Amino acid sequence: MLDTKILKNEEKAVFALRALYRQYGYLPYKMSKFESYEYYIQNKDFLVSDRIITFNDTNGRLLALKPDVTLSIIKNGEDIPGCKQKVYYNENVYRVSENTHQFKEIMQAGLECIGDIDLYDIFEAVSLAAQSLALISKDFVLQISHLGILSSVLERICPDAIFRQKVIGCIKSKNPHDLSRICREYGVEDTLLVQLVSAYGPRDKVLAKLETLGCGQDALQELQTLSKLLDQLPWADQIVFDFSVVNNMNYYNGIVFQGFLSGIFESVLAGGQYDKLMQKLERRAGAVGFAVYLDLLEQLPAEDAEYDVDVLLVYAEDTDKMAVAKAVAELTSQGKTVSTQKSIPEKLRYRQILKLTKEGALC
Amino acid sequence: MLNIALPKGRLGEKVYAMFEAAGFECPSIKENNRKLIFENAEKQVRYFWVKPSDVAIYVERGAADIGVAGKDILLEYEPDVYELLDLNLGKCRMAVAAPADFRDNENRTLRVATKFTNIAAAYYAGIGRQIDIIKLNGSIELAPILGLSDVIVDIVETGTTLKENNLAVMQTILPISARLIANKASFQFKGRQIESLLDQVRNQVNSCD
Repeated sequence: MLDTKILKNEEKAVFALRALYRQYGYLPYKMSKFESYEYYIQNKDFLVSDRIITFNDTNGRLLALKPDVTLSIIKNGEDIPGCKQKVYYNENVYRVSENTHQFKEIMQAGLECIGDIDLYDIFEAVSLAAQSLALISKDFVLQISHLGILSSVLERICPDAIFRQKVIGCIKSKNPHDLSRICREYGVEDTLLVQLVSAYGPRDKVLAKLETLGCGQDALQELQTLSKLLDQLPWADQIVFDFSVVNNMNYYNGIVFQGFLSGIFESVLAGGQYDKLMQKLERRAGAVGFAVYLDLLEQLPAEDAEYDVDVLLVYAEDTDKMAVAKAVAELTSQGKTVSTQKSIPEKLRYRQILKLTKEGALC
Repeated sequence: MLNIALPKGRLGEKVYAMFEAAGFECPSIKENNRKLIFENAEKQVRYFWVKPSDVAIYVERGAADIGVAGKDILLEYEPDVYELLDLNLGKCRMAVAAPADFRDNENRTLRVATKFTNIAAAYYAGIGRQIDIIKLNGSIELAPILGLSDVIVDIVETGTTLKENNLAVMQTILPISARLIANKASFQFKGRQIESLLDQVRNQVNSCD
């Protein structure tokens, strides 16, 4: 019987998330640790960083340690009308840390729904994202945005690529002052964009604000329907709309989202609808998915045990080894944890110390 | 409890005065002692003074929920934070300066001395000029005088130091001022308190305009 007390936060989460995703018909997806380097470099804009660990296979082919899971999953598969491929994964990826500028291993769990997707599938993905967060901590917030609305506003105001890039930076950082300055520089009206920056919070409040924009009507309708569906969930109040969530618009379209847990200083979940990436990879299907960054769960408070072991069993060099084995078996059968040592380790915290004499007697 | 990182120095004192007027006072901060952290449990607020260039790091990593940092620092280090308000304090500009008689020879690589390597690189990439960046940590004005660089990219307040060293502003890159920033996760869980402070401070800023 597994004692869950010994599991770390991220290990507990893996078990809970697997069970959750299986419940909704998502099947496990196991992939190779390596992929062709060429594949990643063709789609490097989709990756968080274009720095990848590479090495040569025995036949000289250049391979890469996986920097991303989604790209690997979507490269295969058939596009069959009415059908969807639903998979979940728990994989390590290798990326450059923004802080240390060195490679680090990142543990991710997540799911992808690929195929003939509709608004129900998007709702299911958003709902599973919220449930994933709730399984880890009740104190969470899931932010949702719709890139269709931002695209529509930008198309109406100014199609210039550099202007878009600057404006998106301001929207991501909820920065209305520089947004207005940039609009003045380009001689365009800032009202719609400033309204979008302030569009965050409870879903009904944000929807009312979006209705006054008069842009992206199809996207707005999708958000309205999604919001009604989300109202049915037990943590509906913790799912908010926030237009500062902007994923890479060359790959993502539609609904995008990110999740926060109290006690972790950055977002622990990110995802969305990425039909544009599918098109780029010559797939006709649509797709939605998300990843939970399990390595960040280390930041959550964990129970710190008072002792490292219940019993420190100290024996002498010439103690009968059969007596040591018997004593350990006896103690572990009582459910105690035991560390056998020949001298007392300086930093080991133990509840009780027992000594085995040369003759094998406990004292 | 709202954790607030203030930049040490005159700017930080001005910002504290604004936060105090907004109803987030913490009288112990005015005591003359060596304490590093000041707390007002009743107002659920905790202040700490940090080096101005470190404020963004404290906020990005969640040690502080909000803080005040110069736009120069935000552009240089690009922390992943919300930039909620321009406080219109500590106003200056990021500029290219050079000896007053400097003429740029576009035939050769321009040598640029600066503390702000990212800002300088982005500016010159934007205008398509090839440069060599010389990273310095202080007394930037010395570089062109001693021939270490052709120009400098630095913060200019009044321009007096430049003038006294026979340097002049060639181009203004962008205006700089102090910004109220917030940690993205803190904003989700302490949003009400942050927004309340933000509204009060915004009113003060608008009334000064």
